[in-house]
Amino acid sequence: MKSKLYLIVFVLITLAVLILPYMLIKVPPVSTVNRYSDYWLPQANSTYAPKIDGMFNTILWITMIVFVLVELGFIYFIWKYSHKDGRKVKYTHGNNKLEIAWTIVPAVILVFLAIFSNSIWSEIRNPNTFPKGAASIQIKPRQFQWDIVYPGPDGKFDTPDDISTINQLYLAYNEPVQIKLKSQDVIHSFFVPEFRIKQDAVPGMPTAVWIVPTKMGDFNIACAELCGAQHYRMMGYVHVVSKDSLTNWQKSQAVPEAPAPVTPAPQDTTTKK
Amino acid sequence: MSTIVLPAEIKDASGHGHAHHEPTWVRKYLFSTDHKMIGKQFLLFSMFFLLVGGTLALIVRLQLGFPDHQGGFFQFFAKFFSGIFGKDNFAFNKETGMYGMLDNFYNSAFTMHATFMIFFAVMPFLMGTFANFLIPLSIGAGDMAFPKLNMASFWMSVLAGLLMLTAFVVKGGAAAGGWTSYAPLSAVPDYTGVIWGQNLWLISLFCSGLSSLLGAINYITTIVNMRCPGMSWFRLPLSVWAMFITAILLLLAVPVLASALLLLLFDRTLGTSFFIPAGLLSAGSPLTGHAGGGQVLLWQHLFWFFGHPEVYIMILPAMGLASDLISNFSRKPIFGYKAMVLAIAGIAVLGFFVWGHHMFQSGMNPLLGTTFMISTMLIAVPSAIKTFNWLGTVWGGNLTLKTPMLFALGFVTMFVIGGLSGIFMASTPVDIFIHDTYFIVGHIHYVLFGGSIFSIFGAIYFWYPKMFGRMMNERLGKIHFWISFMAFNGVFFPMHILGIGGMMRRIYDYTQYPHLMRFQGMNAFMTICAFILGFSTLIFIFNFFWSMKKGKIAEINPWKSNTLEWTLAHPIGHGNFPEMPHVFRGPYEYNAPDCPAGMDYYPQSMPPPGWGESKA
Repeated sequence: MKSKLYLIVFVLITLAVLILPYMLIKVPPVSTVNRYSDYWLPQANSTYAPKIDGMFNTILWITMIVFVLVELGFIYFIWKYSHKDGRKVKYTHGNNKLEIAWTIVPAVILVFLAIFSNSIWSEIRNPNTFPKGAASIQIKPRQFQWDIVYPGPDGKFDTPDDISTINQLYLAYNEPVQIKLKSQDVIHSFFVPEFRIKQDAVPGMPTAVWIVPTKMGDFNIACAELCGAQHYRMMGYVHVVSKDSLTNWQKSQAVPEAPAPVTPAPQDTTTKK
Repeated sequence: MSTIVLPAEIKDASGHGHAHHEPTWVRKYLFSTDHKMIGKQFLLFSMFFLLVGGTLALIVRLQLGFPDHQGGFFQFFAKFFSGIFGKDNFAFNKETGMYGMLDNFYNSAFTMHATFMIFFAVMPFLMGTFANFLIPLSIGAGDMAFPKLNMASFWMSVLAGLLMLTAFVVKGGAAAGGWTSYAPLSAVPDYTGVIWGQNLWLISLFCSGLSSLLGAINYITTIVNMRCPGMSWFRLPLSVWAMFITAILLLLAVPVLASALLLLLFDRTLGTSFFIPAGLLSAGSPLTGHAGGGQVLLWQHLFWFFGHPEVYIMILPAMGLASDLISNFSRKPIFGYKAMVLAIAGIAVLGFFVWGHHMFQSGMNPLLGTTFMISTMLIAVPSAIKTFNWLGTVWGGNLTLKTPMLFALGFVTMFVIGGLSGIFMASTPVDIFIHDTYFIVGHIHYVLFGGSIFSIFGAIYFWYPKMFGRMMNERLGKIHFWISFMAFNGVFFPMHILGIGGMMRRIYDYTQYPHLMRFQGMNAFMTICAFILGFSTLIFIFNFFWSMKKGKIAEINPWKSNTLEWTLAHPIGHGNFPEMPHVFRGPYEYNAPDCPAGMDYYPQSMPPPGWGESKA
């Protein structure tokens, strides 16, 4: 009986430990940073972000059901079959029908998940299905900043009207854009949580992603791959603006003689030490 | 009818032909060729590095919990740790008397934490300690097939451990490129500022790999050739099965790591460019000293071709040990023995076809992503089979919740969480978001700490009486379990939430990012739980050494177990079995209908009624 009492206390405290951390999330006031007024995933602000979240939620439901059933099964059996003198033990070496059942059922569910995942994966990553007519931007990260190049009014790279910025990425609202990533030193990873996009920028091997932002506003680029001592400070900014203001901005920046960086590295202003 | 042998008879058995003389202290405790002593040496070795790795984990958590370096908690422990790792690493400010933490030291701390835990704690616990101690005893062999090779394996590990520790005192500090050491960050000293620390990391792991190979050859040979009469393959305990298959994994995977380590060492020291492409910058100017032409992704392919089987190397033996424990304390045969063996073999084979799931976002061809997603989804099936079989074993049993059983059940229930969270990462589109976030840190710790380490703790409590002749203190053991189980969930479950919130891993100061500021309170909570977890491990260490002197003297078979090692009295002499044992049945015959009267178990080597007569 004493061990059963322990079991109750133990399950209750564990549940408390699992729930308590939620209480400690401090959500900033809605007026200051309204995008993070959520305990869960960041807002989904690109065309494929809701699809990734849908897949995430599907897996979450399936795993939650399995988790609850299996753990309750263990807790119930530990409860029901805890030691009693003279209890008759069910002497068995197993059951082949059960083995087959719990091989096939998970296999079917998992293959189903793989097939559904793959259609989203293919939409996001297959180079043949990238949106046609997308604007092009090059990002060349290096320790510890994002060098960004726009083709300028002529739409071509490596011409005098190219526009370069550091850490400031301007995108047009609801317009497809293709971003070519190539690192200049170590591996970095281009990560914008709200767009649900993450892609390593690899030295010596270009990679590409496409985005259609579905919300205007400012977002952060995070570096998601350890890239050295100041990896944690390698933050960039995404500004999603209307197509017109982006065109105007490009015109205002396109000075053929001096394609200099327009904005100083923001990390200098956010440094703590 | 008893096969139990008293120590006196052992002396008699070896007392003819040549004079049996007591080995010197050095031969007995230091350069021993006895598998039991080597197993105990590995046990102390792993426990030491568990503490080193744990200390580094607390340093990492200290920084994450209090990234502003304010508050008494941070200052107190930063002062404490600076006494071990030097005030420079903790940016001690003489004027204010305040401690901080350097970003590079933080990177070294998590790199070395993972390295010590994986290569110097979990692996030697499983494939050093228990493989050495259990394999010959459970299969009825006198020793390993190659005792001297076995000794070499241990001392090679010691050399590797010392080299790895040296990295903290050399100029530039210890390796800071993550335990995965992705090139070119790890290939060019200027990128991290770490010079000899990374070289020592590579050389040390090379030695450690050599040690694993020597062990693996030994285990395979011993299990194939030295099983006692009647010990057929399907009468082996599942722990031995798991170690046998794991040894094959080691034999196939470790050479790949060794070659990758050498190539990276050449890049760093000889100016080769296996992993360094042309035209790179270093601090804004062109990188010199390398011709270029290397492939960055080559390192990742080689590393993960080793690295993913490695994950299973660290969980399969733990599954085997937990299976033995659960069957014993349920007083019931393991449910689906053959399915369990097939599941271990299935995981081992599939384990070689899933390495690419670490590289979904690496720029690898997306078509390969599809291939690796399917194989990764499939590898969840044998893991599910094992979980359901454990559930089936507990069903209808008569459970005694002694400390080893608590840890074994803790292992199973936590492994379920670790296994299910793996499905999120297997799904390629979901992985785009959660790759390299804290979600994966939570996942790996549920599998490796809640999984492997819990199983190891359970196994230590279980086999301690056979190793040291005394029982570990049961009350302290239970306190150890309860505190670790709660604190473990307090540290690692919130990591899933952090990952879903978008917190990247290996971040020195996440408060730089607006979307992560909300997690400060949660991170502080996790850090405090981590310190409680560290404290609970000290209870275990105390119990371990205290019980060696003061523990209750153990009976020959305190857990009423069926396997062969429990027929031998402590201390087990050199050569283990004075008479070749004969095995008559499987290892899990608890509560079998034909059990001898008054017993709810049927030892493997106990002859059935009438056996001696028919032989005569």
